[in-house]
Amino acid sequence: MGIAEFFQHLMNGLTLGGIYALIALGYTMVYGILKFINFAHGDILMAGAYVGLFVFDGLRGDAPLGTWTLIAFFLAMLISMGFSAVLGMTIERVAYKPLRGANRLAPLLSAIGVSFILSNSAAWAFGTHSRKFNYPFDNTPVHIGEVVITPHQILILSVSLIMMIILKLFVDKTRMGKAMRATSLDQGTAMLMGINVNRVISMTFAIGSALAAVGGILIALDFKVYATMGTMTGLKAFVAAVVGGIGNISGAMFGGILLGLLETFGVAIFGIPTGLKDTIAFGVLILILLIKPEGLFGKVEKEKV
Amino acid sequence: MLNFFLLILIYSGIYALMAMGQNIITGYGGMLSLTQAGFFAIGSYVTAILTTQAGWSFWATLPVAFLVSALFGLLIGLPTLRLKGDYLAIATLGFGEIVRNVLNNWDSLTNGPMGIQRIPMPVILGFTINPYKKYAFLVMVIVFVIIAYILFQRLARSRMGRALAAVREDEIAAQSMGINITKYKVYAFILGASVAGIAGSLQATFTLSVTPGTYTFMVSVMVLCMVVLGGMGNFKASILGAFIIQFISYFPQLTGLSSVIPPQFKQILFGLILVVMMIWRPQGILGREATRYRKRAVTPTGGEQ
Repeated sequence: MGIAEFFQHLMNGLTLGGIYALIALGYTMVYGILKFINFAHGDILMAGAYVGLFVFDGLRGDAPLGTWTLIAFFLAMLISMGFSAVLGMTIERVAYKPLRGANRLAPLLSAIGVSFILSNSAAWAFGTHSRKFNYPFDNTPVHIGEVVITPHQILILSVSLIMMIILKLFVDKTRMGKAMRATSLDQGTAMLMGINVNRVISMTFAIGSALAAVGGILIALDFKVYATMGTMTGLKAFVAAVVGGIGNISGAMFGGILLGLLETFGVAIFGIPTGLKDTIAFGVLILILLIKPEGLFGKVEKEKV
Repeated sequence: MLNFFLLILIYSGIYALMAMGQNIITGYGGMLSLTQAGFFAIGSYVTAILTTQAGWSFWATLPVAFLVSALFGLLIGLPTLRLKGDYLAIATLGFGEIVRNVLNNWDSLTNGPMGIQRIPMPVILGFTINPYKKYAFLVMVIVFVIIAYILFQRLARSRMGRALAAVREDEIAAQSMGINITKYKVYAFILGASVAGIAGSLQATFTLSVTPGTYTFMVSVMVLCMVVLGGMGNFKASILGAFIIQFISYFPQLTGLSSVIPPQFKQILFGLILVVMMIWRPQGILGREATRYRKRAVTPTGGEQ
């Protein structure tokens, strides 16, 4: 493999990984606070992608590619983020909140139910065919030496980078972020310190879902929009969160990038057939669970009685 | 109409086997497995391949289907069940997708998306059980369900059943009472997997052809729904759940309304059942079966005989 080819795969892997990272953040944040896997996260991503698609097509109309399509794209992304945030908070309020004191299986089963309702409602409302998300700009590849970079890869990288920086600053520097960290550390004590835990949880779902919407739109540019698009993507993003240490925000970012690189290079170097590309994430999951179940950046938690 | 009714009964029986397997995993062991479809597929393909390519009889393939499913159960169960929490749900969700992926791509063995046709009908003592004349087949399925029910019922009252109940209620307490929690969890998982393999064999010899499209995530969710709706931890309830869910899923055809009711209707309903049951009736229709233990004679030294 030549240097140019290496950089080519690196670029492809980074863009894919950036998207996984955005989605993994939602899993890891919810897990950090509620200790359960939000199975509906992948379907929120799908809903976000549909909203983004419809709003973008609506705003754009017949306009040729240009500044307006780019503005329309970012407006569509903002609206989709807002929509998904509300959707995420609603799901939490309706399907998870009543189960907060129940046994461990209850919220998981409820989440699977929600995921099934969302994906099938979408298939019912929008049909089972996949729709193309048109590029908001001229996507002619740019040649840098022998490496081919498409403008949309640059878009993906910069958007996911900006989102991650904003999130990191939010969690580390703001009052709400502090409340979130406190809640994930110890819910009971956080409540005693006057933190409105319900609001923190709602906020967590809102942020995670908004990020999922961005991830959904970015991945739709590459792989189209369809009702079950969230299942496999969500699964892989979850693997990314586990790799980085579930509950750990920086870990999820790192895990996402790592998984994106592994998938790209797995196909390129080890010659894994593209049909079995999805197995890579699964293999990584089993491997990490066998060797380092707490993830690369996770803390080993002693269970207390 | 009667024919259609018999068809639903046969499918109810096949799914009841899978539901009982799910019940030992989820209802008794408190573990969330999302891959009955995966083991169902493995059982079906073992029977399909051995009967069509190696000329085996249906009966000879049954133990192989059982063992192969059990082996795969062990392979996923061992790494994931050593850990606490919800990794099993994700690992099994991934496994189901991988199985379908492999079946779709391994053309030389599985004939890819076309599937395998012309599976021979089962013959017992010179009598061919013709799936088109449904009565004999229904009797055969009922015999399987009864055998499985009796075995599972005995199992639930055995040392293993009690150990699993203890693990479900409190892992740490169970462990400190000397129960090897990983061992029993893996046992339960393997058992649940292998009975789904048997159900798969029956499915293959009933439809006389197998295609990867039959074994989707929806099958796993349906089975989960059966157990949740009937009542977790109760094998009678699993069978009841299987009947109800099968009738719901064939309701549009049964009433001749399939042109009016969209195909996604039943899936949305299954999702709703999961959410609604968890919130309002987590114990299911029948509730958990109370286990009564026989009083045992106590020797003067106080030891149990």
